[in-house]
Amino acid sequence: MPKMSLTDLRRILVENAGEVEGTQLDESLLDVGFEEIGYDSLALMESAAAITDEYGVEVPDETLADLRTPRQFLEFVNSAPVVS
Amino acid sequence: MNKPVWITGVGVTAPTGLSRDEHWKATLEGRSGIAPLTRFDTSGYPSTLAGQITGFDPAAHIPKRLLPQTDISTRLALTAAAEAIENARLRPEDTTDYDMGVVTSNATGGFDFTHREFRKLWHQGPRSVSVYESFAWFYAVNTGQISIRNGMRGPGNALVAEQAGGLDALGHARRTVRKGTPIVVTGGVDSALDPWGYASHISSGRISRTTDPARAYLPFSADAEGHVPGEGGALFLVEAEESARARGVVPLAEIAGYASGFDPEPGSGRPPALRRLIEAAVADAGLRPADVDVVFANAAAVPEDDVAEARAIREVFGPGGVPVTAPKALVGRLGSGGGPLDVATAVSAFGADTIPPTGTDIEVPEEYGIDLVGARPRTARLGTALVLARGIRGFTSALLLRNPPLH
Repeated sequence: MPKMSLTDLRRILVENAGEVEGTQLDESLLDVGFEEIGYDSLALMESAAAITDEYGVEVPDETLADLRTPRQFLEFVNSAPVVS
Repeated sequence: MNKPVWITGVGVTAPTGLSRDEHWKATLEGRSGIAPLTRFDTSGYPSTLAGQITGFDPAAHIPKRLLPQTDISTRLALTAAAEAIENARLRPEDTTDYDMGVVTSNATGGFDFTHREFRKLWHQGPRSVSVYESFAWFYAVNTGQISIRNGMRGPGNALVAEQAGGLDALGHARRTVRKGTPIVVTGGVDSALDPWGYASHISSGRISRTTDPARAYLPFSADAEGHVPGEGGALFLVEAEESARARGVVPLAEIAGYASGFDPEPGSGRPPALRRLIEAAVADAGLRPADVDVVFANAAAVPEDDVAEARAIREVFGPGGVPVTAPKALVGRLGSGGGPLDVATAVSAFGADTIPPTGTDIEVPEEYGIDLVGARPRTARLGTALVLARGIRGFTSALLLRNPPLH
């Protein structure tokens, strides 16, 4: 399975939860909280199913609460076991 | 003490236009929004027409983050709410959040959104179903989204009473203002013109099978054979008189009277609730029937309902005693949006001293005894307007608007 990059995360969030107007998810936001960026927990849940399809990684709802920033999110996805 | 409650802003999304003014212009010209339904292939359905909103670009009105989580009905509601807020010159960001409430009505929920998620459920499995389905389908979603988008954290309610619910929302908004919330966004919007939603309209047994858009919805006609479902509605800013005065905003109308009830059980032998509710709404405004200048009829175009409505109007106002109009014949029946759209039309009528037309010449049976305003508008000084709504299975409401004296 390919590794997930910040660009991939941005694409998946925009496709599934919509674009935050006036915000481009780039390196400067790696350690900024998702809430602050404009994505709430539902936006991440909505994107999680697409991540499973694309990367074969499950992101359980209860884990999502701990993945507060893009960096933490990418680290989790890229180190989690591939299940499908 | 029942303090005056004013409408200070109006927003419309309707098959006749995407603003209050567009809608009013089309209504005066008798331009119909009823046409063959184009959103999906209707072959195989016994009916084919709808009052469809065309030319609505959601991305032009709705933040991109809200697009994946909203049904078309919610997008229309957010758009109408924005117009009403702007029309009333309210800046929600500068207003105390708990001083602004939201009361909306909805009858069919997020049909189109849900129909797509069901398709995903059966074709791709449960994991593919959007988390946003959890609220996008729900009758209260418009209240919630309007509240969140505008930072309105005062009382929030949703009322469900089919076609009557939209008037109930305005009635409850008035109550909410009188209980101390100075500003309330209220009204109703519905849309269910996807393959599943349209099928459920048809299941009511009240949808016209006529294919000619000009002949499909003829309220109070001897040829009436049902209505056409439509989408859209209207939202308002409703405000305490002292709040509007403090903001320097003039009233567009006063919600002067309101009454709501339910028909007796079929076979009980007792009359429908409508007459009693007309009298109650008029009395609630401190007026007499002779003070009512125009009636916006429920206009079911189902013969037994037309007979019952004509009788109630005739009994209260006398034969031909008040002009009756049904501009909804140009848009179809909008569920919870129907009453509010009539209220928006009445507000425009106040400003123009004009009774809007039903939009087509209708031969009303003599025995109905009502003076129906037909194809053309009628000039009249309007001090008051009575809006009637009857939902299927008995929901009935009446709302009396007063044209405020010039300030």
